[in-house]
Amino acid sequence: MAAEARSMFADFLRRLARNRLAAAGGAAVLFFFIVSAFPHAFSSHDPNRIDVLRVLQPPSADHPLGTDELGRDVLARMVHGARISLKVGFVAVGIATSIGLLVGLFSGFYGGLTDAVLMRFVDIMLCFPTFFLILSVIAFLEPSIYNIMLVIGVTGWMGVSRLVRAETLSIKERDFVAAARAQGAGNARIIFRHILPNTLAPVLVAATLGVAGAILTESALSFLGIGVQPPTPSWGNILTAGKDNIEFAWWLSVYPGLAILFTVLGYNLLGEGIRDAVDPRLRGR
Amino acid sequence: MLRYVFRRLLLTVPLLVGISLISFLVMHMAPGGPIGVASDMNPKATAEVRERLKAYYGLDQPLYIQYGRWLGRMATLDFGQSFSPDGRQVVDKIRERIPVTLSINVLSMGIIFLVAIPIGIYSAVRKDSWFDRISTVTVFTGFAVPTFWLALLLMILFGVKLGWLPISGLVSLEHDSFSLAGRIWDRARHLVLPVLLAGFGGLAGFSRYMRSNMLEVIRQDYIATAKAKGLPERQVVFRHAMRNALLPVITILGLSVPDLLGGSVIFETIFAIPGMGQLFYQGVMSRDYPLIMGVLVIGSFLTLIGNLLADVGYALADPRIRTG
Amino acid sequence: MRRLLTAVFVAILAAGSIGLLAGCAGEKKESSGKEAAGKQETPAHGDAIVFGSNGDVSGFLTAVTSDSASHDAAGYVFNGLVRYDKNVKLEGELAESWEVAPGGKKITFRLRKGVKWHDNVAFTSEDVMFTYRRMIDPKTPTAYAEDFKQVRRASNPDPYTFVVEYDKPFAPALASWGISILPKHLLGKYEDISRSPLNKSHPIGTGPYKFVEWKPGERVVFEANPDYFEGRPYIQRVITRVIPDQATMFLELKSGGIDSMNLTPLQYTRQTETGEFRKAYNKYRYTAFNYTYLGFRLSHPFFADKKIRQAIAHAISKKELVEGVLFGLGQEAIGPYKPGTWVYNPDVPKFPYDPAKAKGLLAEAGWKPGAAGTLEKGGKEFQFTVLTNAGNESRAKTAAILQQNLAAVGIKMEIRTLEWSAFINEFVDKRKFDAVILGWSVTPDPDQYDIWSSKKTGPKELNFVGYANPEVDRLLEEGRRTFDIEMRKKAYFRIQEILAEELPYVFLYVPDSLPAVHQRFHGIEPAAAGISYNFIKWYVPKGQQKYTSFQK
Repeated sequence: MAAEARSMFADFLRRLARNRLAAAGGAAVLFFFIVSAFPHAFSSHDPNRIDVLRVLQPPSADHPLGTDELGRDVLARMVHGARISLKVGFVAVGIATSIGLLVGLFSGFYGGLTDAVLMRFVDIMLCFPTFFLILSVIAFLEPSIYNIMLVIGVTGWMGVSRLVRAETLSIKERDFVAAARAQGAGNARIIFRHILPNTLAPVLVAATLGVAGAILTESALSFLGIGVQPPTPSWGNILTAGKDNIEFAWWLSVYPGLAILFTVLGYNLLGEGIRDAVDPRLRGR
Repeated sequence: MLRYVFRRLLLTVPLLVGISLISFLVMHMAPGGPIGVASDMNPKATAEVRERLKAYYGLDQPLYIQYGRWLGRMATLDFGQSFSPDGRQVVDKIRERIPVTLSINVLSMGIIFLVAIPIGIYSAVRKDSWFDRISTVTVFTGFAVPTFWLALLLMILFGVKLGWLPISGLVSLEHDSFSLAGRIWDRARHLVLPVLLAGFGGLAGFSRYMRSNMLEVIRQDYIATAKAKGLPERQVVFRHAMRNALLPVITILGLSVPDLLGGSVIFETIFAIPGMGQLFYQGVMSRDYPLIMGVLVIGSFLTLIGNLLADVGYALADPRIRTG
Repeated sequence: MRRLLTAVFVAILAAGSIGLLAGCAGEKKESSGKEAAGKQETPAHGDAIVFGSNGDVSGFLTAVTSDSASHDAAGYVFNGLVRYDKNVKLEGELAESWEVAPGGKKITFRLRKGVKWHDNVAFTSEDVMFTYRRMIDPKTPTAYAEDFKQVRRASNPDPYTFVVEYDKPFAPALASWGISILPKHLLGKYEDISRSPLNKSHPIGTGPYKFVEWKPGERVVFEANPDYFEGRPYIQRVITRVIPDQATMFLELKSGGIDSMNLTPLQYTRQTETGEFRKAYNKYRYTAFNYTYLGFRLSHPFFADKKIRQAIAHAISKKELVEGVLFGLGQEAIGPYKPGTWVYNPDVPKFPYDPAKAKGLLAEAGWKPGAAGTLEKGGKEFQFTVLTNAGNESRAKTAAILQQNLAAVGIKMEIRTLEWSAFINEFVDKRKFDAVILGWSVTPDPDQYDIWSSKKTGPKELNFVGYANPEVDRLLEEGRRTFDIEMRKKAYFRIQEILAEELPYVFLYVPDSLPAVHQRFHGIEPAAAGISYNFIKWYVPKGQQKYTSFQK
């Protein structure tokens, strides 16, 4: 069983790697991940060091990406901001995925009234313009990084729950589930030990795409002034600071813009690649 | 068939109630009341005046009474008066903003349709080709690029440097003195950038969905049969594959209403377009409760209708659903 | 615009660009565009001026609105009894003259004759009486009733005389009569004037411009009033376009979509220095009517001690603030008044930037550097949180600089930004804060009773730092109970000395207003009150007029 799983995984990786675009996406994701994990390897400047005499300087040897509106080194802020932006993405998606998994599993497994009620709830939540909901809640709370993660997570679980529910519905009829039940496994065990692991593939895809979406949402919130608040750097708020100087201090817009672009692109391509690699119907091509 | 539609309609009622409840709850978890912005930090506004404003707005009633009253009025689409100083009816304020937002959304959906579907089809048919790869990256770029950033760049290029397009707003200042043709042209010029940007962002979702549907359909046996029969590829693709792949795409049309509506906040802010997104944003910032709830409810309502239409459309096309 | 009395809180609008200009003192003008000053040019009628504004008008009656966009719009259409002239001194507008009776408890206004409302009905003292009655009427949702409630009796013995009597002399009274006078014949039938069409859609006043149209969310348009009592304004149309985004507004300015906006310091210094821009636009610069401060909750254990507050003042480099936030376009603040005005006292105790001295003072109070570099006393770190409102770039920068300044002396300051409404209602009003970074508008009348009086420390009142000083209380009363400028000046000078010594706030900076106006507009004469006090005299020479389709 373990060996089979290992070889399935290797199989999956191989297929993924063969997809050029997905591989490129994966490389981008990995790159930014490393940057966010080891910021000091990429920049030795203090991202919060203000120097009012060096405001908005173009890229130079000392400041490879220039300085921002308070004289802080842009590269340092980008690099530390990577950590913040990615953290927002991951935690938000973590929250969304957890909620979605629970809702989907219970809904699909128990069926009946539970299913009906939960799915109606999903329908209701899906009717709301998501961004409007996020806006309302964030505007009423303080725009702290935790609130942002929470709100993006709490408004983004619906898609995952539907996916998980669909998978659960098809999996619960399978032989191995019946076998487990015959062996006396309780519901909880069946749900979490047997069904859950098999729903992970589409969840992984949704999660990957979700991280991308969360990063974009944070930058949208920053534009409106309620994203991660300065002086804590995030790509969203660096980009927003840059937008008012877009012609004059292009480095403050171009670099964070490109960073967001490549990261989100990377996650999207990777996510799609995972979906293709996992899809049994596409196997053998 | 009718039974299906009826059943679907019945379902919308609890959904509507749920929507109103959730929006009401969201409003009231907010600290700070709506009178805040009106007289905050104004040395001239004393406590007595504040209390007067509070009573005036009816905020001293217990929560459930406020909700009950609101629910009753919601049924008649009476969202009450906006808390903002102009005190106009919420419905009126929303109503005058809907056309703008809707028209931009409809136009951009049109673009998405016209562009995304061919891209999706061709990418599927020519999977892994250069076209497929480049179009994939392009549409994802549209999704990945922060809207306001691209908007500003295009404004600078087309508005300031080249002077071909106006930078913001819906119409020029001299709009009223133009002829009819002139006025249409004026409006069109102002809509070019916003619509293009909105479309660009939405391309990814549709084209990818179209592509994966096509891929699935292409692999079906009946396609192989058609090909084996010697039918030209084009005919195979257009007649058989496309029709079947198109159906699911229609359904996500309904689902994308909330996103388009929501995405408009950024858009409308940067292009100075007075649409629903802007209205909502201002309402949120000034804690205009009736307005916020009105927009949320109407927005959700529009989505519900969109979903309903999509479901009905799908059911019409796919007999399996009807009798299911 | 010309109406400065409403102490609207400028800081509500983030990094505001409002396009219309606050009055003030300390003028400076920089321009390289054409200025008509030297030439003998005959002003011509016509053309239009297009302003950009961040926010839309919410109503046209100043009594029931409090945002600057609405007040600016109302300024074109309505007049008050008095207004501020180019030197920020009160002069008559609808009142030809006035007399303050000896004893200071009665003011008699002599009103102008022959003034007509825009619908050709004559203006009389009935309108003034009506305005007064509505201001104190509980059905009017106004935030500005307070000044009028001090009136004991108002009367209008004849159509061109209006008399107000107060219980006690009340110096800010005169200025309070700068509010828009309302037309009785049109508003009389509305119990709540905010529901009238004059507020909601179609204002009718006595002012230099008549209302043309309001497209909500898009623009407001006014047209010159040919029968205006001071003479018909030259600029035929005034259009204010709503452009919420600062970056977009700047692009519109550069492409000619708007003719004027308030520049940010950065735009003023770095982005508008191209030859192209300077040829097309004139830039102006004058001290604004507001200041930014760091306020302490005086009941906080750290801040209760005056020496600590003074130490913090020494730790702060106001120079860095002016450089970093204002790019040098502004000045350090040492008190709650605008530099250059008669009430401003420059000789107050100062606590200049001196980190060593700051550390010394803190050490004296028992704060010694701990292991991590942060000061400690009795096992506690010197750490506090400063609150400010989200979305305001200047405040965010100010907070960041202060954080760095304080860290250098071992004080750890956390920054927390909150959405405005929550900030005010949950934290400021409920006194749940350590320190705040906020700003105040400074009204031309120096009475600041509401901010410094120990009687105004209740919930939701404006002395939210909890400042209480009996001498200041006495001086505040003295200041507002006499019309004698010299006596008032003495009182307010002493107040500034005390405030500067006790530092309930560290006064940070006073920014400059930085409007840019297209060079085709001539007749602009910067003065203490700014540039828009004589707006009706601005004109565009015939040959340079841009918008000709609006000609009458």
